[in-house]
Amino acid sequence: MKVRAQIGMVLNLDKCIGCHTCSVTCKNVWTSRDGVEYAWFNNVETKPGIGYPKDWENQKSWNGGWTRTKAGKLIPKQGAKWRILANIFGNPNLPEIDDYYEPFDFDYDHLKSAPLMEHFPTARPRSKVSGERMEKIEWGPNWEEILGGEFEKRSKDYNFEGVQKEMYGEYENTFMMYLPRLCEHCLNPTCVASCPSGAIYKREEDGVVLIDQDKCRGWRMCISGCPYKKIYYNWESGKSEKCTFCYPRIESGLPTVCSETCVGRIRYLGVMLYDADKIGDAASMGSEQELYDAQLDVFLDPNDPAVIEAARESGVPEDWLESARKSPIWKMAMEWKIAFPLHPEYRTLPMVWYIPPLSPIQNAAEAGKISVNNGMPDVQSLRIPVRYLANMLTAGDEAPVVSALERMLAMRGYMRSKLIDGVVDNAIAEQVGMTPLEVEDMYHVMSIANYEDRFVVPTTHRENVEDAYDLRGGCGFTDGNQCSTGNSGKKLFGSRKFVVPQEAAE
Amino acid sequence: MHQFLYGIYPYIALTVLAVGSIARYERDPYTWKSSSSQLLRRKQLIVGSVLFHVGVLAIFGGHLVGLLTPLSVWDALGVSHGAKQMIAIVLGGVAGISALIGGLMLAHRRLTDPRVRATSSLADTMIILLLLAQLVLGLMTIFVSLGHLDGHEMTKFMAWASGIFTFDGNAASYIEDANILFKIHIFLGLTIFLIFPFTRLVHMLSAPIRYIWRPGFQIVRTRKGKS
Repeated sequence: MKVRAQIGMVLNLDKCIGCHTCSVTCKNVWTSRDGVEYAWFNNVETKPGIGYPKDWENQKSWNGGWTRTKAGKLIPKQGAKWRILANIFGNPNLPEIDDYYEPFDFDYDHLKSAPLMEHFPTARPRSKVSGERMEKIEWGPNWEEILGGEFEKRSKDYNFEGVQKEMYGEYENTFMMYLPRLCEHCLNPTCVASCPSGAIYKREEDGVVLIDQDKCRGWRMCISGCPYKKIYYNWESGKSEKCTFCYPRIESGLPTVCSETCVGRIRYLGVMLYDADKIGDAASMGSEQELYDAQLDVFLDPNDPAVIEAARESGVPEDWLESARKSPIWKMAMEWKIAFPLHPEYRTLPMVWYIPPLSPIQNAAEAGKISVNNGMPDVQSLRIPVRYLANMLTAGDEAPVVSALERMLAMRGYMRSKLIDGVVDNAIAEQVGMTPLEVEDMYHVMSIANYEDRFVVPTTHRENVEDAYDLRGGCGFTDGNQCSTGNSGKKLFGSRKFVVPQEAAE
Repeated sequence: MHQFLYGIYPYIALTVLAVGSIARYERDPYTWKSSSSQLLRRKQLIVGSVLFHVGVLAIFGGHLVGLLTPLSVWDALGVSHGAKQMIAIVLGGVAGISALIGGLMLAHRRLTDPRVRATSSLADTMIILLLLAQLVLGLMTIFVSLGHLDGHEMTKFMAWASGIFTFDGNAASYIEDANILFKIHIFLGLTIFLIFPFTRLVHMLSAPIRYIWRPGFQIVRTRKGKS
């Protein structure tokens, strides 16, 4: 047993209102620079839809993630190492910027500088890449917002696999949900495996996956390797960039920016202990539907004395073990089994998990048609098809998703009964295999969602991972080239001057 | 002048190549990259880039082996000078044409595509044009070589190249009477060496061959036990 700890994340989709605060705050902090204006380390997609970049979930066309060979070996779907190197001169699996969208801005200055004209001046769009006029914007960030565009196009959504989708194009049957996405900081990341330079690594102490900007040579294999398309090529710097899990904040015990600013309080952060020796076997399970259970099996119970001892031996600090015992991620993923990995079939063992959303009862107006079981509606009558959620979260296995939705419905029923009717109905809890105490805890964590219950983030033990002596006089977070601010004007080797973003003068 | 261009300039160029590359790798690793523009425009890139790179690599390897392997080795292998020249002409010709076609596609893309043109630095545009010029010159020398197939002319260049690397003060004199096309080709080649560290060409030094035998797939960074 090789015990490692990782800060995992859970997003409660049942509470996501699609406000994009996470995306906007993330962009302001991390990607408000040239070359990555098209990149959203965190974005929120409206589902059903093809998403960002277009059709990213369909690995038949993008070849992201892993594939299991006939011999049971795991290799990146884009090819074994020799194949990846053979593609280095031209990567056939790389998206073009139009698959995300061509970044643009508007000629706002024209509004005030235009000469006297018969018509009111307008601010027309202009490409941020080529600087040329764009006559018509045909795709942009979050183009499918709140079911934008026709169903015909949106229904290409990969999660409709095995769903009779035609009826969901009808107005009366339409459904919708939000899916906020960020880097999954996988246990078995394909981006790391695909990087020919070895510039991407997973940190042992907290599981964050990062790209060494000085080592990255821009071979762009990580972009096609990642099935979530969450690595972005900075076309200005020629390097790949990705979500950093706000590691400077996480190291200080603070939640990531997206989590901190989430107005719906849907995000949770906590420590998960896992057995690194089990990753290989778990990721190469024969059937895709076994992958979810296999990943549960990789996680280690922080209350188990044997695990605690092994963790101490592996050097996991004591307060991290303490945090692991209080981890909301552990409760949601392992105890209540209401959170699931996004697309486990990619075999990357992702570490950002999702609680499926409840939805209004289908045909609720037609009274009497709802099948009710002991005061609880049948989850199959929910507006969002269970199969759709299962395709997204459990490789199509409906049973775990049904169980999670039932538990969430039971929690509502139990609390409504308790708070409105003043009746504690233990039967509701027992019906879904939980104790009333567990249901109340679940209510506390999921519905009240206090800050300290959502974010249980221990600080990094710098003393274990770095020698503070080497850090003295350092300059913290820089844009490459160590402490150089690049203020020598023109540089010999063509690196651009790093311009510190500044607020406009008053 | 001849002595300077072919006796001294090679040392200047090679020194700048070595020292400049080391300095850039050491001082400004953030700028060390392939500068791929595939994300911005896929069209013409995949075919053009593969033809160009494979061609150029073959030519580069050919020059390296052809110029720096001592004549005695070829003699010992029983390869006559004429035969060696034919090998060079045929293989070099095929690779050269492949690189030329690919290079023309890449240059056309770089000069005409609005996205690629807008994001190109002067060095990016110049280097592809310089390489194209060098390819054309190299292919033109084939016609000169076809005029004397005994391989004697070729041995002069081999003597010059090995002379440079063995610090032979008379190296330049070996190619005094060579055709002007060869001389321009050599001069331009040395100039490409000279500007190498200041362009995107440096990415060839970090060709990720080691990836093939990197153990396993995953990289987990640990700093434990490091001080």
